[in-house]
This record gives sequence, structure tokens and C-alpha cells, in this order.
Amino acid sequence: MQERLKARARELLGDGVVTRVLGWKKGEFSYDITPAVFESAEELERDFVFDGFCGANLSKYLIQEASKPGKGKILVFLKPCDSYSYGELLKEHRIAKENVYAVGIPCEGMADADRIRARGIDGILGIEHEGEDFLVHTLYGDERVSVKEALAERCLSCKSKRHASCDELIGEEGEDVPDDVRFTEVARLEAMTPEERFEFWRGELSRCVRCNACRNVCPACSCENCVFDNPASGISQKAAADPFEENMYHIIRAFHVAGRCTDCGECSRVCPEHIPLHLLNRKFIKDIDELYGAYRAGESEDGKNPLVSYTEGDVEPSVVNERGRA
Amino acid sequence: MKYLPTARLDRFLEDAAKLRKIYVPVDGEQNRAAYRLWMPGTVVSKALNTTRSAKDFFFPQTENLVGFRRTEKKLEIVDPRRETEDFAVFGVRACDARSFSILDKVFLSDPADTYYANRRAHGLVLSVSCRRPAETCFCTAFGIDPSAPEGDVTFTDDGEGYYVRANSEKGEAFLESLSGVFDEADEAGEKEARAQTKRIADRLPLGTLPLEKFGGGKTKDLFDRPEWSSLSESCIGCGTCTFVCPTCQCYDIRDFDTGREVRRFRCWDSCMYSDFTKMAGGNPRLTQKERFRQRFMHKLVYFPENNGGEFGCVGCGRCLRACPIGMNIVKVLKTLAEDGNES
Repeated sequence: MQERLKARARELLGDGVVTRVLGWKKGEFSYDITPAVFESAEELERDFVFDGFCGANLSKYLIQEASKPGKGKILVFLKPCDSYSYGELLKEHRIAKENVYAVGIPCEGMADADRIRARGIDGILGIEHEGEDFLVHTLYGDERVSVKEALAERCLSCKSKRHASCDELIGEEGEDVPDDVRFTEVARLEAMTPEERFEFWRGELSRCVRCNACRNVCPACSCENCVFDNPASGISQKAAADPFEENMYHIIRAFHVAGRCTDCGECSRVCPEHIPLHLLNRKFIKDIDELYGAYRAGESEDGKNPLVSYTEGDVEPSVVNERGRA
Repeated sequence: MKYLPTARLDRFLEDAAKLRKIYVPVDGEQNRAAYRLWMPGTVVSKALNTTRSAKDFFFPQTENLVGFRRTEKKLEIVDPRRETEDFAVFGVRACDARSFSILDKVFLSDPADTYYANRRAHGLVLSVSCRRPAETCFCTAFGIDPSAPEGDVTFTDDGEGYYVRANSEKGEAFLESLSGVFDEADEAGEKEARAQTKRIADRLPLGTLPLEKFGGGKTKDLFDRPEWSSLSESCIGCGTCTFVCPTCQCYDIRDFDTGREVRRFRCWDSCMYSDFTKMAGGNPRLTQKERFRQRFMHKLVYFPENNGGEFGCVGCGRCLRACPIGMNIVKVLKTLAEDGNES
């Protein structure tokens, strides 16, 4: 697949359809891949990579890359879940679509080096894909892990292998994945008593270091200036001036992206403390599905999300009260 | 030379906890180790390192410096200081142990930061040698020996226990008061345990790095290198690298109005943030490229320039694991060490 992507990128660069390619660049190891802009066939040949570790969602970079004056079109490779983020950003008019050539690419799920480490494997020097397994070369000998065990949580609960928005597809279009396990963890939290749930989140969020990685990586967080970066807001953005402050930060963020979050899972991927932040967003998604009918942010470039539109069939506000008592 | 079998580690911690608070690395969710106060029953983590560094003990993320309370026409000054309590940290690795001497150069140089100085004076560093360094470790590139960490007391791990050696008067006195828990051992075992660690350290993929082009006096060579643009292009401007870093030392001081009082607090700042160095006249670093460059120039050029050539990085590798986009100091070093288009 990597070679097909490279070949197509070379073609589109060569034909002058695009002037740059947004993709993934090789790292020191197998897993530390960096999003990068490639401007020539030579750069692509030397550094471009597409394998089971290209988890980073490239769509948010398009806000900047597609607005560089006189730079022409940029090619972007989008995995199915990335294409939803792209679709949502188009809907919100955050990306100049005329400057983007989006190529949908298939995805079998992306691995997470920390999941491999969690199996007690350390000193990872290299990782090879062998059938159903990863063969992991380490400082302490070779180890084998099944690909499934190494997959990021978000990939184990993938919502769709089908692309939302793109100009061209490489490979076969996939299908939606039934939501069998996607809301299991949310349901577990819903089943808790309010006190238990409060304790759960207080515990998880107590590890927050306020690095803001979740916000900065989030394609739905596209405000030019975040309220938490405004010193006049009375909020300290760098550290908890008060023990509740980092909790409030995450709650406000979850509310702000509600109805716009595509469940790409980048927030949880980048959290250095592995706080399951995606569960806050997924709770909103589950609620929206239940209260307003199945809805997928980013699926379409047009229309309004249920939280900013009114229909006569909308639930009454009292539903919150009733659900709270349930 | 003293020896502590692993089976007796708990007893040692129990005895030590009677003398002062003692913090140890504890496993959390998904291999995340963090320092916690030792209490009976606490299981010491076997993880190579903690997610956050040990700098938190001396330079916490947030601390209240002073408070102000107004009652009618009187202004009361509230003293929240509590940093004069004795404590010990067990399990500090060689990288973090060296980071303290780097932080000392910043906080203890005249005028000394008394908050930091008090914590250093009251803290005891009990370091432990590494048995299984990771691929992301590169302390050796900065002249740090993972088999012989600095600290008040060094615990050299041989897999079954620790050879224990005091390196300071404070450490000496501490061991003296706990002498009953240790066996006597000769130095040959310690030497062999160190040799085992060194054999692995020699094979670390990032164990040596091209540092020749970095250090004091290199500002002109490096500042305008064109590679900064591509290196920083995908940086998302979060503070993850700076917050997990054992040597990042920048902070901000702000006032927090609780409604009843004003708390003047200090918190970590990050050069990666857009308001870092924001001042009345504006901000000298307008784009992420400049902010990104600052972080690496500080560690690799400015710090050594001001501190006798010592680099401001200890090679703990935390940023290599934590960066959301896989960019880090090793990639920066390697890219800039190539000839490039130097003028």
C-alpha cells in the first residue's frame, strides 16, 4: 500500500495537480512517525511512510496548509476516520477545499507502541508485520504480538471503514462497522451511580498535566484563540490553580466539541497520561444518537448538526432531568 | 559496602518511612508509573521510569508562593509555605538524578530560589541503577552512566537486590540510621552489576549522538538553519515535551483570585505555548517555528553556553515517547548535525 500511495503522490505532483503532499514521515523507530509535507518525488522516496503506525490524523493540518497564499493544491491522504474530521472541517468552512486534493486510503487499524509495551515488551528496536502478528525486535531479543493486541483502543471500536469526504479513493471502499463495542465503556459509566462516576472522572482527570495536547491535536478544536488561552478569562491555562480546574477544562472542551466530534480518538492517543478522554465525547455521541436519531459528525459537508438545529421532534429540555433521575 | 536483598526492600521502606516521608514509583493504569507516598502495602514499580519526571519533588507544577487576604482596611499576608519537611525519593534513575544538578544551576545560582533550595535541602535522593534501558534512552550521549546514578544514596540493582552506597553526608547519615536492614557485601558484586548494565547501554541505538555542532558559542551557526522550518512544521504546540521533561525549568507567576483571597502561584510554563514571552510590547516569537527552536536551542546551545558546557538534556527519552507527532530532540540533533546549507 505504501508504494501505491507514493506512486500516486508522485503522479499528482508530476502532473501539477498538487504542489505538495501531506503524509507521514519515517522516524527513528517503527512507531515514531511524524506528519510531514513533501514537496518532491525525492523527498517522498526518502521519507514517506504508510504502515500500521500512521495513526496521526492529518486533517487538522489542512486548516493552515490549504490557506497558504500562492501555494497551490495540497494532496492529503485520509484514512476513513480522518475523512470524517476533514468533512466536519469542510462543513465548518475551516478548510479552503479548492486547495485540497483528498485521497481516501484504506485502514486496517493502527497500532500503538504503548499497547505493545503494556505487554511487557521493552527496548523496541524495530517492528515487522508478519501476517496476523507483529514481530518485534528488541534490545532483549525478538517478541511476537498479534496485531489485534497492538491496536489502539479507538481502532478496536472503529466506527467505519467507509470514507466520508474525499476526491479519490485508493483501494476498495469499506463499510460501516456495527457499533457493537463502541459504546460498551460509556454504558459501563452510565450504569454507575453519580458518585461512582464522579470518582471515576476525578481519578482519571487528576493525572492531567494540562499540556493541552488533546486540545491542540483535536480537529474539532479549531478556534484561532482558545478561551483557555485568554488570560482575561480568569482561567489559568497552564496549571491547575485550583484542583477542579483541569476537570473543568476537559468538561468545557467536551461540551464545545459536542455534535462536532467525529470520534477520531486523537485526544486519547496523544494524552501522555493515557486519560480516556474520548469517553467524554463518546457519551455525547451516544446521547445525540439516542435523543435526536443516529448522527455522524463529518459524514456530510452540508446540513446542520442536531445540536444547532431545531425540529419539532426535538426532545424537550426536561429529558435531562428525567434521565438524571433514571 | 551494604547490600539490600529485594525481599527486604519493604522492610527498608518501612523503616525509612519512620524517619521521613518516602516516595516510590508505583504502577498505574497502562504501564504508567508515578511517584506515590509509600505506605505499608505499596508495591514498588519495576518500570524503567515514571511518566512524569522526578523534578516535581523540587519544582512542582504548581505551588502557592504567597497569599493576600483583605479584611476591612487591613491587608493580611498569608504564608502558604510548607516546603521544609524532610522527605526521600526512592527509585530515581540516572537521568533524573543528573537533572537535579542542572536545575540547581538555575534555581540555586544567586539569587537562590528559596522554595527550590528548601526542597533540595530537605529532600534525599535515593537513586537506582537501570537494568533494562529502553530504546528511547540516550543518557550516555550526555555522559551519564545508567549503571552508577548520582544522588545521596545509590542503589545498584543486580537483579536480586541492591548494592547500597552513600554519596553525601546526608546519605551517609540516613544509611547509618537504618543499618540493621542491610547485609554487608564486597564491591565486586556492585562492579559486576554495573558491568551488566553497561553491556546493554553500549548497544543502545541512540547511545551516542552527534553533539559536536552543539554547545556554547554555536548560536550563529544554528539559529538560522533552514531545517527549523521542516522540523517544526507538524509541531502542534502542546506542552507535552516540556511537562514530562526533567530539565525544563521555565515558569510563570500569576495571581488567582478565589473571591476570599488572592493566591500568588507559580506554575510550569512552556516555550511551546503562544503566550510564552508575551510582554507589553508584543511577542518576539510569533510562530511555532520560533517557539520550537527556542526549546532546542535552550537545551543544546544557550544552557551549555551559560553553564560551562553542560547540556540541558539528560537523555531520559520521555519526550520521545510522549510527543503526539513523534518529533523530538534526537531528530533535531541528527538533522542539524548534517551539513545542511550552512552559510
